[in-house]
Amino acid sequence: MMPLLSTQDLQAFGLTLRLAATVTAVLLLLGTPLAWWLAQTRSRWQRPVAAMIALPLVLPPTVLGFYLLLLLGPQGAVGRLIAAMGLSALPFTFGGLVVGSVLYSLPFVVQPLHNAFEAIGARPLEVAACLRASPFDRFFSVACPMALPGFITAAVLGFAHTMGEFGVVLMIGGNIPGQTRVLSMRIFDHVEAGEYSQAHTLSLCLLVFSFAALLAMSLLRPRRVERD
Amino acid sequence: MTEPWAPNLSEREDPRGLKATLAWRRGELAIELDIALPPRGITALFGPSGAGKTSCLRAIAGLDRGSAGTVSLGDEVWQDSARHVFVPPHRRRLGYVTQEASLFVHRSVAGNLDYGYRRAGRPKHIDRDALIEQFGLRAMLGRRVDALSGGERQRVAIVRALLSDPSLLLFDEPLSALDTTARNDLLGRLETLHSTLAVPMIYVSHAIDEVARLADHLVLLDAGHVVAQGALQATLTRLDLSAALGEAVGAVIEGTVVGHDAHDHLTELAFAGGTLFVPRRGDIVGQRLRCRVGARDVVLTLERQTGSSALNQVRARVVALADADHPSQCLVQLDAGGCVLLARITRRSWHALALMPGREVWAQVKAVALGA
Repeated sequence: MMPLLSTQDLQAFGLTLRLAATVTAVLLLLGTPLAWWLAQTRSRWQRPVAAMIALPLVLPPTVLGFYLLLLLGPQGAVGRLIAAMGLSALPFTFGGLVVGSVLYSLPFVVQPLHNAFEAIGARPLEVAACLRASPFDRFFSVACPMALPGFITAAVLGFAHTMGEFGVVLMIGGNIPGQTRVLSMRIFDHVEAGEYSQAHTLSLCLLVFSFAALLAMSLLRPRRVERD
Repeated sequence: MTEPWAPNLSEREDPRGLKATLAWRRGELAIELDIALPPRGITALFGPSGAGKTSCLRAIAGLDRGSAGTVSLGDEVWQDSARHVFVPPHRRRLGYVTQEASLFVHRSVAGNLDYGYRRAGRPKHIDRDALIEQFGLRAMLGRRVDALSGGERQRVAIVRALLSDPSLLLFDEPLSALDTTARNDLLGRLETLHSTLAVPMIYVSHAIDEVARLADHLVLLDAGHVVAQGALQATLTRLDLSAALGEAVGAVIEGTVVGHDAHDHLTELAFAGGTLFVPRRGDIVGQRLRCRVGARDVVLTLERQTGSSALNQVRARVVALADADHPSQCLVQLDAGGCVLLARITRRSWHALALMPGREVWAQVKAVALGA
């Protein structure tokens, strides 16, 4: 009997997990200051920036991937810059995949964080200011702990969303085993090859994982505490 | 005679105190604040709801940047709009307590208390344990703040502010959201705090009994403007302010507890003009105690009465007369051994008793009206 998952399937699985973990880490580092700025600023750029970040929610992933491919490619602005810095080109590498996925999953991280920061309100931060906390200090000692549920939601959504992406990966990553061949690509390959049972197994894995992630998120969320 | 707790005029201009000259708009209301406070003691910012009291406190704290003008405490300049100086709130050394205690829900009681204390560098001159004891917080240090009652939260918020080593305390109606029991308890604790307070405090309130018991200095605010400011006692008995003060007009007597009547639950208070019986407050003999004698609660008689239920009769001399807010009434200013008393009586009584400045009268005050 054939093993449930082939070596190639497992390799795709591992790569996907590695990608999702990397992307989630990058997203939290990038998304937190971005969300904080969105929640705090009174700049007229707030709404345009928020709309930009939300774009991947409505844009076909292929469109995003296409533009990224142009931008990061040898003729693209960013691509030339990278080449000038003596680095290797990003398209069709794991690095390129990370860049694409970060942009694609950005709203799933920024929006829960933005909401969580906004829900804190001005009061606790003002109180902290009157207790001698600098803006930096207030962010880490008040805003972050109070927005913890938002961080959990953001991390789970960012991770799960990256696990299942396809379009951006297809455009910018290609389908290189061990480098850019992620789970969703593998499922596509299986279906194209008529290997429905393998496709089934992987799809089910992804389905169960996604459900478990969402369930864990709601269980991890601390019960809403009464606010003063 | 000036009461020992009443800052005199020269102290009002003390350069070590807070000075604020600010102007800004809050919606329809144009607010102009121009105050100079003594470097010690409690200043009440008093006025009706919507007068802009909270806005003033926020402007002084630097929480709202919309105001233009200057704010300084001693030689520290906090704001000088003309020179583009604006010190952010976290460098102003404030102790801000709001109406609804805004404790950090992600921290325990002790975590809340130590938030400012730690940032102030755990100063040696602040006795953390004594404050915790004084406000009865010892037993709840490890508890979550959402399990506390309203009064307990407010006590935590106050101690948290005191522990941050403030140079100015800003209290914004800290008692107004509490039930009567919690309010009286905390008012008593604040009275105790008052005597040991080394830094100035601005206390926003629209409740005259709180102001009468706590404040040394009064800033009367109405519709965004400072109507009057000065020593509490002198300001609350100013006849020309009767319209702005409304029901708050009246004397505040500070005296010494000379005895208790355990059987009748009364406390006897000696002051310059005589003695007063007040409902027992549990103060010890020798302690200083304040009570407010509202103008409405004073009855004037020409002779000392014998068949009266009013426990207190104080010999006084009529000093002046002024119109009250209703045409049927007038305000009579009295001098009782150097203490100013006010009586709101009808014009008919004024004429019937043939009162005039210089006339000796008896001021009757029901002990019931001097309740806590």
